[in-house]
Amino acid sequence: MTRHSVLVRATHWINFLSFLALAVSGVAILLAHPRFYWGETGYFDTPAAFELPLRVNLDQTGWGRDLHFLAAWIAVVNGIIYVAWGLLSRHFRYRDYKVLQRLAYLSVLFGLLPVTILTGLTLSPAVTAAYPVLFTMFGGRQSARTIHFFAADLLVLFLIVHVTMTIREGLVNSMITGVVETE
Amino acid sequence: MISRRKMIASIPAAGSLLLTACKDSLPPTYGSLFDLSNTVTFASHRVLLRNQPLVREFARDRITKNFPAINETNPKDDRYQHLLAGAFAEWRLPIAGLVSRPAELSLDTLKRLPSRTQVTQHNCEQGWSAIAEWTGVPLGRVLQEVGMSLHARYVVFHTVDGWWDSLDMFDALHPQTLLAYGMNGGELPVRHGAPVRLRVERQLGYKSLKFLSRIDVTDRLDDVEDGTGAVGAAYGYSWYAGI
Repeated sequence: MTRHSVLVRATHWINFLSFLALAVSGVAILLAHPRFYWGETGYFDTPAAFELPLRVNLDQTGWGRDLHFLAAWIAVVNGIIYVAWGLLSRHFRYRDYKVLQRLAYLSVLFGLLPVTILTGLTLSPAVTAAYPVLFTMFGGRQSARTIHFFAADLLVLFLIVHVTMTIREGLVNSMITGVVETE
Repeated sequence: MISRRKMIASIPAAGSLLLTACKDSLPPTYGSLFDLSNTVTFASHRVLLRNQPLVREFARDRITKNFPAINETNPKDDRYQHLLAGAFAEWRLPIAGLVSRPAELSLDTLKRLPSRTQVTQHNCEQGWSAIAEWTGVPLGRVLQEVGMSLHARYVVFHTVDGWWDSLDMFDALHPQTLLAYGMNGGELPVRHGAPVRLRVERQLGYKSLKFLSRIDVTDRLDDVEDGTGAVGAAYGYSWYAGI
């Protein structure tokens, strides 16, 4: 029997809530223009790379952006606390995980998360004024928006798989009470 | 060597020092959690942009065809229609407030001031983006012309269609912040805010007001209109839109 410390559980659930808030607010922002493009520009008269069959709603972006960035800041601070603690306490060990699990977590941590964050920052006219290299990295503003959308979709997919697995293996309680039953 | 206790004890002190130093330059948050997070974004961008970098400028061949025109595209206002019929010869832009030489600038006066032409990307909050060439006077040059006071901290803009918004000096004095009267080599078209619109390149498109009608220079925003700094606040749009 091992335990998830209070800090691991607290950061985990804060992360869960901010992730949900990011996903919901992301959809709210998307509804204003559910068309995607490749390259630098994209607007009503240019052909879309693809278009989602969603009803355009222009009135949800205000709170959508506000919630998106509030949740993003909370996720960033929360993530820093978690990683700092993990490094200090040598929490990051892989021996408890299976190969596939390991691959999934590593690709999220070093692939999807950084790509989602960096493409999100590429949509900021202020951040890109300071770091125009972001445009070069992702091939333009609209490409960054499209990649942001797909990377976020994959993160949601990962969340669904993660939640399904923990429910199937009866591990949800361990992230609440901290108690992990081991065979 | 500084002990850990000493170091921890000094954190609140450093924090309050920082807050005291910044308090006056931060936009008001009205106790809202959203405004607080937007203010964190604002403050962190001010650090990132401390050297006042310019946004990218493109070659003319990157200019977008049919640049989208949204929101107001031809104000019904009688006075505006009269000015439009006269090719804006009678149009004046009053600039008042904390300036030593309040003025009513004509289009010709603006055009005689040193101009700047820039091909930049317009980033709409809806998600689309398009490139256009803008020609105008840097706002900072106009503020210099009217003798802006050293106590001035904000520039408030009003438009023909009743919109209003504001910038602090950090953005107002940025070289790419223009009072634009030209677009893509011609006059600024009516649907894009003729005769003069604002360009604020490091924020989302909604800060670049069209159809400017008046400019006020001030040291505080809480006594301007509803005190929120911009009409957009009433519709849930953040005052700072650098995102």
